[in-house]
Order: sequence, then structure tokens, then C-alpha cells
Amino acid sequence: MSNDIKHFLRRNVREVATLAIILAIVVFVNARSGGAFLTPRNISDMFTESAILIIITMGMMMVIITTGIDLSIGAIMALSGMISTTVLSAHMSLDPMIIIGIAVAVGLVAGTINGALVAYLGILPIIATLGTMNVFRGLTYLVSGGSWNLQKNMSREFMNVAIGTKFGLNNMILIALVVVVAAHLFMNKYRAGRRIYAVGDSESSAAISGIKAKRVKLMAYAILGALSGLGGVLYVCKYAAAQGETAMGYEMNVIAACVLGGVAITGGSGKVIGAALGAILLGILNNALPLLRISPFWQEAIRGLIVLVSIIANVIISLNVTKRSLERRAL
Amino acid sequence: MDAPVLEMMNVTKTFPGVKALDNVQFRLDHGQIHAIMGENGAGKSTFIKIITGVHAADSGQMLLNGQVVHFKNPNDAQKASIAAIYQHSTSYPHLSVAENIFIGHEQVSKFTGMIDWKAMYRRAEKLLAELDSHLNPRRPVGSLTVAERQIVEVAKAISTDSQIVIMDEPTASLSSRECEKLYQISEKLRDKGTSIIFISHRFEDMYRLADKVTVFRDGKYIGTWEVAAISEPDLIKAMVGREIERVYPQKSNQIGQELLRVEGLSKLGFFKKVNFSLRKGEILGFSGLVGSGRTDLMQCLAGVARADQGQVFLEGRKVSPKSCRQALKEGIGLLPEDRQGQGLILEWEIYKNVTLSELKKYQNKTVLNEKKERATAKKLGQRVSLKAPTVMDKVSSLSGGNQQKVVFCKLLNSELKVLILDEPTKGVDVGAKSQIYEIINDLAAQGYGVIFVSSDMPELLGVSDRIMAMHEGVITGEFLASEVTQEKLLLAIMNLG
Amino acid sequence: MNDAPKNPGPKNPGLKNPGPKNPGPMKPGPTNQAPNNQAPTSPAPNGGSQAPLAQRQILDAVAFDPKRFFLRWEWLLVVLLLAVNLINSNLSPNYLVWSNIMDAIRIYADKMILIFPMMMIILIGDIDISVASTMALSGVLMGVSHAAGLPMPLAMVLALLVGAICGTINGLILAKYQELAAMIVTLSTMIIYRGVASVILEDRAAGAFPDWFSHIGWGSLFGLPVILVFFFLETAVFIWVIHYTAYGRSLYALGNNAEAARYSGIDSKRVKVSLFAIMGVFASIAAIFLASKMGSVRPSMAKGYELDVIAMVVLGGVSTSGGQGRVIGVFIAAFIIGFLRYGLGLINVPSPTILVLIGCLLIVAASIPNLKNLLARRAKAVPQPSPSTKVTTSQADG
Repeated sequence: MSNDIKHFLRRNVREVATLAIILAIVVFVNARSGGAFLTPRNISDMFTESAILIIITMGMMMVIITTGIDLSIGAIMALSGMISTTVLSAHMSLDPMIIIGIAVAVGLVAGTINGALVAYLGILPIIATLGTMNVFRGLTYLVSGGSWNLQKNMSREFMNVAIGTKFGLNNMILIALVVVVAAHLFMNKYRAGRRIYAVGDSESSAAISGIKAKRVKLMAYAILGALSGLGGVLYVCKYAAAQGETAMGYEMNVIAACVLGGVAITGGSGKVIGAALGAILLGILNNALPLLRISPFWQEAIRGLIVLVSIIANVIISLNVTKRSLERRAL
Repeated sequence: MDAPVLEMMNVTKTFPGVKALDNVQFRLDHGQIHAIMGENGAGKSTFIKIITGVHAADSGQMLLNGQVVHFKNPNDAQKASIAAIYQHSTSYPHLSVAENIFIGHEQVSKFTGMIDWKAMYRRAEKLLAELDSHLNPRRPVGSLTVAERQIVEVAKAISTDSQIVIMDEPTASLSSRECEKLYQISEKLRDKGTSIIFISHRFEDMYRLADKVTVFRDGKYIGTWEVAAISEPDLIKAMVGREIERVYPQKSNQIGQELLRVEGLSKLGFFKKVNFSLRKGEILGFSGLVGSGRTDLMQCLAGVARADQGQVFLEGRKVSPKSCRQALKEGIGLLPEDRQGQGLILEWEIYKNVTLSELKKYQNKTVLNEKKERATAKKLGQRVSLKAPTVMDKVSSLSGGNQQKVVFCKLLNSELKVLILDEPTKGVDVGAKSQIYEIINDLAAQGYGVIFVSSDMPELLGVSDRIMAMHEGVITGEFLASEVTQEKLLLAIMNLG
Repeated sequence: MNDAPKNPGPKNPGLKNPGPKNPGPMKPGPTNQAPNNQAPTSPAPNGGSQAPLAQRQILDAVAFDPKRFFLRWEWLLVVLLLAVNLINSNLSPNYLVWSNIMDAIRIYADKMILIFPMMMIILIGDIDISVASTMALSGVLMGVSHAAGLPMPLAMVLALLVGAICGTINGLILAKYQELAAMIVTLSTMIIYRGVASVILEDRAAGAFPDWFSHIGWGSLFGLPVILVFFFLETAVFIWVIHYTAYGRSLYALGNNAEAARYSGIDSKRVKVSLFAIMGVFASIAAIFLASKMGSVRPSMAKGYELDVIAMVVLGGVSTSGGQGRVIGVFIAAFIIGFLRYGLGLINVPSPTILVLIGCLLIVAASIPNLKNLLARRAKAVPQPSPSTKVTTSQADG
């Protein structure tokens, strides 16, 4: 039995480490803020706050595993939030589920465009999504005509999605939970998910194994788009405002969460649970900085620094792993 | 006998600028082990890639159990129960052994469509046990040694109960004991009725295993023989196209005093405590199997990689090049093993390739002097008898042998003392090979110290003055080329001597 | 040792520099191997008659090839530039007014300053997304230090220094950790640099520059805006650096085949650090021009510049996979996008639409080289009657 635990620890050393860091930060911040951190209210807030991040991180993880990246996340969120709430303001009686469905569909289309550009036109992911980021953002302004969709444009039922609870948990947390479980099953138990790992690990091997790498990439970007659409409508719902600048720069949050969660930017590796923990860790940091009375102007810089430090740390760790496996190759 | 399992008729395949296969025939019978032999570039790999659906043939027919089939992609071939072990490992380093074995045909639960990992690990363990291997199926393939990965590849091929298994150079990186294991597995498969296509450079593989042998040369079908009925010289003749009186130049080099001395050079995981010395005008051969560490050793000498321990002396002076740039400055130049990936910029003109490592020499004050570059490239090209219309032609338009000559020009353009040639005749046709021997001999005659790494034993014996044998990173023998036989050398590189 | 010391050769074998300078005993083959009793008689079954090391004629000059010259990407850009101008001048009567054009250039040219350093970075297959943030940080520090009493010239030097440091940090990280992609590193420094700028200045602006400072952005030289004159000078310098120096050649080598470049003794680390440092310096120059035009600096300045800059470079024919492209193409592309923006602005196209258009333009431009290659490959796939080109493609190995 203890052997099993040892194996589990060895295989999930990164996830356990992330969890340990989370606990350390929680304890530290709680002590520094005089107990304001670990109140049930704040914890619930924190997870509600992180829910959108967790949802989109699941998609970004898949894209990064295929050795890609997507900078257009924030723009997709804004576009889908804007379109869905514009529909809502015209038809207030519509069921919130339909509104969410519209947002997801918008995101899916946007993500599919990204995927097609990357997979079928062979454009570098960073260039393609830098372009679509501006296209989607521009479209958002054009759809809105410069005006905002505010609370008065949204129905009570819709607003309830973000505030309401079920089984004693906030709806957003529940949705995030469902997405994480689904992503975990998809990436570990289904062939399509394993294909994502295979393509990211070695595209040339994938070609010989008969895996259609282009289709797999398209799928990853499409999933990310759909999840961004979902995240976008939740974002709009939560803050009761959809506008041109919605979720500006959100992609950095998502990328940071992935990197923190141990998703290798070089592709091929990364775990769902790790990425989810990364998102939670980032959410906690975002929540903790104001509690520690750190100026909001610092937060951006700190986020960038976190990404930089963790990608460098990832490289150093993997260099050490290679070295150790060389040492094992006894001569 | 009943209909053949696989029959290929008049198969032709053209790549841009190369006719890789020209009207090729092939017939594989039930429960047969069929060897395909031929020199580098004979079209063997292309041939099996057509069978496995990686490439599509331009023309010709493929009959599987008497039925015409068209494979559009590897999936089609897999479905037709054809499995292949490729020359270059086609693994996924981050994924587990079990997943590598079963990729494409994972065990899936009928109701949920979910992958049944437990069953897969169990089956992987069983498959590996059949191969007498106790690898943990949960380990990522990236942490395995080359030989262990080969075993995973074999397990992958037999995991589908295929009717045809294709093995492309499966023994290239295996020790003789591991080879014997592979032979036994192959025989077991054959006795179960599987047909095997076996591609190898090694005659001993073929004589030990195959029933029939088919020879390709320059993309053409030469013939098929019963293995028992054909002698080695006849086979070589078929492969090479003439009697194997391979032409090695008359030695004209004169060996001078010590030029390079290597003392206790080690690099963790690659080679250990290597000692040797090289004299002026000497051709020092290096022999060893893939994974023996010879290429890594050469890369350390040329500054590509760095050794952990040990010293290198050039003309009595200690040198420790940290980069190729420094090594070139010291006078050590490398002709890399991967000509197209490391030696040349294929999309560039010949003259730009020639001058690349010494660009500063062509920048008079402010501007690069392209005229001078071209003139130098022309002069050096003529020195090595480069066959090209102009020095402005792209290197990609040249044949393998002429591409290699461009790399030689590149080395000649620098002021070097030691030339390290890592497999200079790899992928070069026979005629160009003897020219390259000639060049090597002439360079030695000019006073260069030449290190000549090759997997081809006859050429190593024919060209070198002295030969070092390497096995798993350790030097296992040193011989005078005039006194050693192929057999002795083989024993040394397998560390059995 | 064991070989025949018959042929001592014309030079003593211990010669110091057996380089190309000495003609060597190797010119025509037969002299070396005269007493060879097993002389090879055209051994190659297919390679034609290759008597070992016979001297061959190779040309080192070719005639001007008009077809190749006119099939260049740059000509298409020229056509595109003319088309943009033609359409624009038809759409609005005020388009071809000299002072209007110069004003438009004044507004736009700070982006153009960044294109050549960016081009060099893309040439080696990297990318720098942090340029706009570097501009913001160096601009903000210039403004703040001047407000704190530093004389303006010194504040400008400080800006240049900050730019150089920002770029060097990018370059050093990339050189030290070769496994990291420039994309992700500069993405994070993009956040960090602008983050630091907003820590320093929060949401305020710093200004109160001396009067002469505004002339940098608004002044004229030889009847042209200073910034345009600077851009022309910059173009000349970069044509020289990129096309006529060993440094420029090594960039193309790295972009085409980094491994082969390394084996040829090109120090990619040093090149990387220098490229990103140059990028940083030019970002701070652009920041000085921008600050001079705006009269103040704020942390949000130059937001989104990277899009235009990368779009110009890519449209100019610089392949994002590295190793291809010419300065002149990028030069023309800069004016295409500049005039496009100017024309669209004149006919009151809303700025979000322009954003969409530029984004689309980037995507189209980035996909063109791939489409071009695809077409070329299709065209080339026709069998060529050249039996000597064995094993030139990796697929054809045996």
C-alpha cells in the first residue's frame, strides 16, 4: 500500500508540489491578513473568481500540448459575451441556457477559425492568433457600436447564472467542476484526447501512426474557442457588463495558469489536474495580493514575472530529469 | 503454394528530383521471412513506406491475398493488418510504454468508449514478457535506452496479430544477444504463420533468418533468390552492380608527428575515459555500432558538445573548445554525420555554403565580397571535383555525393589541422564514394590529421591507417588497418573479443 | 608507419596552414595515384563517367536572369502599393495632398522605425512581442526622470539605455535557455515591462518636456518630417547590415538551418542577445519620437504596436519560419499599411474596422509564403529527368 502511495507521488510530483505551494500561500496570506483570507465567504469568492479561469485553462492546456498557443482568448470572450447579451437584450424572455449556447457557438466558430489557420494554412500559432485577436476585438466593437450591454440589458434569470447556487455551491464553481471532470476524462480516457498528447509529443510519429495531426489541432483550438465562449458569457454575467474592452489581456492569465500548472510550452506534456491547480493557484494569488495591500498596479507585472519564472523553472527541471536519466544509463 | 500474401507489381514512386522506385516487383508468401537488401538510397525505405501507406505509389499495383488494395494512409495498412518497425524510432517520448505499443488500437470499453488502462497495461506486460523483457509498461518511453525502445517497437508491431510484419533495420542498435532474441521472436512469429519483411545491412541477419532475399539497386528491382542458393559475393554483386573489388586509393600519405592527443575524455551517459592520439597525415578510423558514443565523442572534439572530464591536446597545447567556432579557430573541423541537417543549408547556393564558416574572411572592411566568395568556391569545388554547373546553384539540386563535396569545400576553406569526418560516405552512391576516399587520402597526404568514422567496415579497412573500436562509450580495441580483419573488428565493437 | 612513403608530395606534410591559400598537391587527380594497378574504370553504374577527381568546369558568374528578377515578391508589393494609392485617391479628393500625406506619416512613422530590427529577429525564426511594452517602459522612465529634474538630453539617453536593457534581458534569457521559445519569453516580458511602467506612473501621465523636444516629432528636415528622414537613414543602414555584412548573412543562416549554422561556427547566442538589444534600442528611439509627438508619456502608450510592426514585416515577405525576406520588401510593406491606414482614416472608416482589416492582412500575409511553397511543391512534383540527384530528399533514403 505504501508502495502505491510512493508510485503515485512519483508520478504526480508536480501536482503535489503545486498543491503544497497553494497551501503554503494560503497559510501565509491568512496569517498576514489577520484571518481575513480563510473566511468561508472569501473562499467561496475566490473559487467563484477562479471558475472562469479554470474553465478556459482546460482548453488552453490542450492547445499548448499540441505545441500551439492562442492569444485571441480575451477577444473571443468579449465577442461571445457581446453577441450573446445583444441577443438577450433584444429577447429578454430567452432562456439563459440558450444565451450560453449562443456564446459557446460563437466561441466555437472563432476557435475553429484559429485552428484552421494554424493547422491547414500552416501559420505560426502566435501570428495567426495575434491577427485574430485584433479581428475578434474589432468585431466586438463593431457589434456593440461602442455601447455597453449592462444590467438593464440582461434578464434576471440570466444574472442568476452567476449568483445562484445549487447543492450549496455557486453555479460557476459547479460549471468549472463539470468542465474539469469532463476534460480529465477526455484527456485520459478517450482516444481523441490521447491524440492531442501524441501530436504534441511527436508530429512525425503521429503521421506514421496514421493520426491526422491537422484535425487534432483543429479540434484543440475549437474546444478552446468553445470554452472561451462559455467563459466569456459567464464573465459578462458575473460583472453584468459586456463592452469592447471586456477581458482585455485575459489570455495572459490563462497562459500563466497553464504554465504554473506544469503544462510544458514545448508541447506533449501536461496534466488536467495540474492545469486546474495552476489556475486555482493563480486565482488565489490574484485574490491575495489586494489582501496583502499590494497596489493593483503591481499585479500585472507580478503575473508576467510568475510566467517567466515558471517557464524557466520548467526548463531547469526538465534539464535535470534528462541528466538523471543519463546518469541512470550506467556506463 | 497458394496465393502470395503480398504482391507488388510495377511499383513506381517519384520524389521531386528523385526516382525512388522504378518499376519494382515483390512477392511475399505465407509464413515467409523475406529479406530486402540494397545499398543506401536503393529505395528500400520508400518501398516499405508504400506498403504501410505512408507514401502512395505513383503507379503500379499492390495485391494483398490476391486482392488489389490502395492504402491512402497508415490507418488503411494497419486495418489490413500490416505492422512496421521503422528504422528511425517512431515513438512518443512523453507517453508510456503501453500507450506507445497500443497507439492507434487502444483497448476501449464497449459501453463508454473509454480507454481501459488496466487491461492495456496487463496486455503490454504480457507482450513484453513474450519478448523476455521486464520493462514497466507505465514508464515513459523517453526514459528508455535505444535498445529498450527497439523492444517497444517490436512489441508494437506484434501487438496487432498482423499477417505481415515489416522490420526496417531492427538490429542496427542491438547487441548480439538482443539480436538473437529478435531472431527467435521472428521465428516464433513465422511459425505462427506471420509473414515478415526484413530489411538489414547485415549479412548475418539475412543468413540467420531469411528464406528469400530480394535485392534493390538505385530504385530498381534486381532479383529474388533463395537465401540458401546465393553466395555472399553474388549477393554483393547484385547489390552493387559489379564485382565488389571496391576501389580504395593507393596510400600516398606520410605519417608525421603527433597532432592531437585525447586523454581520459568522458561525457556522462555517452562515453568514458577515451584515450587516443592522432598524427599528422594519418587517417584514424573509428568503428562502432549506433549508440557506441562515437558521434558524441566527435562532437565533443569539434566543440558541438562539451565533455565533462578529460583533456585534449592539439600540437601539445591544451585546447577545450566551447563551441564549433572556437574549435574551427583552433583548427579542428567536423564533417557532421547528418549532412542535410547539420552540414549544409540546402536552400542556399553552393558558394554561400562554402564560405559560411569563414565569412569574416570575405568581408573587406565593410562589405561582403561575393565575387571573392564565388571565386573561392569555384577553386575549392574544382579541387574536389564537384559536379555542378555554377557555384550559384542551390545545394538542394545536387546529388548526395556532390553535396558531401560541398561540405568538404567548407572544411578546406577554413585553416584546419584536424579533420573529423563522421560517416562521409553515408547516402552517397558508389561512384562518388571512391571519389570521397580519394579526397580523404589526398587530405591526409597534405598533412591533415584525419579522423574517419564509418559503419562500413570494408571502407574503414580500406581507407584508414589505424582503427579504433568503440563499444558503449568505451574504446575496446586499437588495430593497424593492415593487420586486422573484419571479423576481429566486429568482435571488438561488440566487445566480445 | 605502415604505408608506403613513396610520394612525399610537393610540400612538406607538416605545413602549418593547409588552407586554401596553398594550391596543394591535389589539383588534378592522376598525379597522386599514378601507380595504381587497380585503377577504377567508371565504377558508377548510374552516375555517369566519374573518373575520380577529374577537374570539372564550374562557373562562378551567371548572366542576369530577368525572369527570376521580376518574379520577386517585392514587385507584387510595388503593385499593391500603387493599387492602395490609386483606390484611395479615387475615394477621397484630399488623399493626394502633400501636407496631408506628411502628417499621416508623422503619425504613423514611429511604428516604421521598429520594422527592421523586428525583421532581423523574425529572420532567425524568433519573434519579439514585447516591443510596445519596451517603448512604454523606456518612455515612462524618460518622462519620470525628466520630471524629477534630469536634463532632457540625459533623460533621452536613459531611455535608450532602458530599451537596450529590456532587449538584452530578452536576449539573455533566450540565449541561456535555448529550449524556450521567443514567443513565450517575450510574451511574459511584455506583461512585465508594461507592468513595471504602470507601477512607476500608475494611471498618471508625465510630461512638461522642453519646447525643443517637440521638434523631434513635429519638426522637419529638408522639407520632410524628421522622423521620415530618420527612417530613410535607418533603411540605408539596415540594407547594409542585413544584405552586405557577414552578420547579416549569419542571420539568414540561423533562420534557414540553425543546426548547420552552429556547426559552421556561428554563435547563435551572441547573435540573439545582440538582435534583441538592437530591438530594444530602436523601441526606445520610437518611444522618444512618440513622446515628443504626444507631449507626454503614460504607461498605456504604444499599446498594440506589435501587431502593426509584425504585420508590416510579414507582409514584406519575411517568412515567419525564418531565413527569407529582403529589406526592400519590408520597406514597401510599411508604406502599404501606412497608406492604407491613412486612406481609411480619411474616408472615416471607424478604427475597429481598421483593426479588423489589419488583423486580416497579417493573417493573409502570413499564409502567403505557405501557399506559395505549397504551389511550388505541387509544380515541382512533376518528375525531373535527372538521375544524378540521388538521395537528395530525406524521404528517399534507403
